[in-house]
Amino acid sequence: MNDYTSEQNGLVARLKLDYPGFSLDVNLNLPTSGVTVLFGHSGSGKTTLLRCIAGLERAAQGHISFQGEVWQDGDRFVATHKRPIGYVFQEASLFPHLNARGNLDFARRRADNSRAGIDLDFAVQLLGIGHLLGRYPAQLSGGERQRVAIARALLINPRLLLMDEPLASLDQARKQEILPYLENLRKELDLPIVYVSHSAEEVARLADVIVAMDNGKVLACGPLGETLSRLDSPIKLGEDTGVVVEATISARDATWHLAEASFAGGALWLRDTGHPLQDRVRIRVLARDVSLSLSHHADTSIVNVLPATVMEIATDQQQGLALVRLKVGDTAILARLTLRSAHHLALAAGKQVWAQIKSVAIIQ
Amino acid sequence: MDTTLIHWQAIWLTLKLASVTTVVLMILATPLAWWLARTRSRLKQPIAALCAMPLVLPPTVLGFYLLVLMGPNGPVGQFTQWLGIGTLPFTFTGLVVASTLYSLPFALQPIQTAFENIGPRPLEVAATLRAGPWDTAIHVILPLARNGMLSAAVLTFAHTIGEFGVVLMIGGNIPGATQVLSVLIFNQVEAMEYVQAHWLAGGMVVFSFVVLLVLYTFNYRSVRLSLVN
Repeated sequence: MNDYTSEQNGLVARLKLDYPGFSLDVNLNLPTSGVTVLFGHSGSGKTTLLRCIAGLERAAQGHISFQGEVWQDGDRFVATHKRPIGYVFQEASLFPHLNARGNLDFARRRADNSRAGIDLDFAVQLLGIGHLLGRYPAQLSGGERQRVAIARALLINPRLLLMDEPLASLDQARKQEILPYLENLRKELDLPIVYVSHSAEEVARLADVIVAMDNGKVLACGPLGETLSRLDSPIKLGEDTGVVVEATISARDATWHLAEASFAGGALWLRDTGHPLQDRVRIRVLARDVSLSLSHHADTSIVNVLPATVMEIATDQQQGLALVRLKVGDTAILARLTLRSAHHLALAAGKQVWAQIKSVAIIQ
Repeated sequence: MDTTLIHWQAIWLTLKLASVTTVVLMILATPLAWWLARTRSRLKQPIAALCAMPLVLPPTVLGFYLLVLMGPNGPVGQFTQWLGIGTLPFTFTGLVVASTLYSLPFALQPIQTAFENIGPRPLEVAATLRAGPWDTAIHVILPLARNGMLSAAVLTFAHTIGEFGVVLMIGGNIPGATQVLSVLIFNQVEAMEYVQAHWLAGGMVVFSFVVLLVLYTFNYRSVRLSLVN
């Protein structure tokens, strides 16, 4: 179900591991570009999987290879310090006996210099930690520590960056402080990232590929847009059910302070948040913000009304509601409406409808 | 013999014994403490108990068995004779061996506590930063355990200075060779030479107080921990 990349290029993890009360059984072939999010509740095995990839934990039976390089197979087991990885732990993991600069230098002295890498100035600027270098970990806030830890992981010059819920130990304000830096990593570095998270927001903002896990097993694995728009998606986001669409800012309307975002098969007008023309953005469309009608109404306050084709209908996990998958051009979106409305409109696969999108948000 | 010379010989011998014992113990106790702090082996408890025995055994008991083991008919004595270095009792080397065993818990426990307090995370972090085991030991573990190592060294040194029973059993009372301060004071008291005994005994009281004051001032927490353990 996840063979969209060849084993030679991918990150392959076939693991079986048994602890008392927990077992992990996965067979994955992940792409080695962009951000892959391992998504699931605590106890789903996502952190254990990440630790196995890093070599911090050893599954009794398993095979791990990265771009054709075998890290674990049978008796062969490459020690963590010999794998070309960077790792960001959930909680602050800076060495307390070294200041921020000392922590960064620890990585620089041991960096893999066989390839061109990230230099100190770039990492410091990317994470915005220039003014913190002289301070010791005890003198930094949780968010600052995590930014230094991310810079340190980059300075080792990894070929694969592993991040274990780097925001989980921070409060909401600190999360909002760090998310833009993570988005910078994704945009500016050509570095594959495997990112463990249980937050729908982090998935929406960062993921290119999503691996949904539960109880030590993989429930779904695929590109974000495809996976989120599946009606039987194992990723239960409840009120936050919806899709993420990659778009480009294609026009701006200064009079009404609006910007137009074009995506495969359509365009949406949104409040202008200052993104320049041609900027790549991610737009989140929640299913509860999409309603359907059979004819085009001009006399509505809703700005975005797009022609769409019904692909599939399913009952929602919430009683009395239906979840409808639509195609707008080549892009799939979800709409949530009452079962009665679905019945009245006689919705069925193939029917042409108008999708009224109440609100859309640029999330990146 | 000149009394002053005997005093200085005893002071010099005591400091030399304490220094050599401290160096030997830091080298031996550090890997042992590491093993005890990390292992999940079933041998951990028996070995930890064995290493703590000098805390509760009367020094004379320890000294007695060492004398038997290292004597001409004991297995260690036979081995040292086979090596051609004779027997160890009544020599400085014999004192070092005995002091090392006797002070082992004082070196071991602060270091072990310091290692246990580091926890597994810094080691994992070091591994993800491409640091191998030796690199991690030198640049992460030792700096993080610095206070514990310092306590261990000072406690070992001070404890060896104060040794009496084991020294008497294994080293006897040979001026210039095995006669340390505590034994000399014992001799002087036995001989009713109270004035001279006062000089040395008073010096020991001041020395002990200064050592502990320095320790408590710089390193209050880890000393308290190691003494509690």
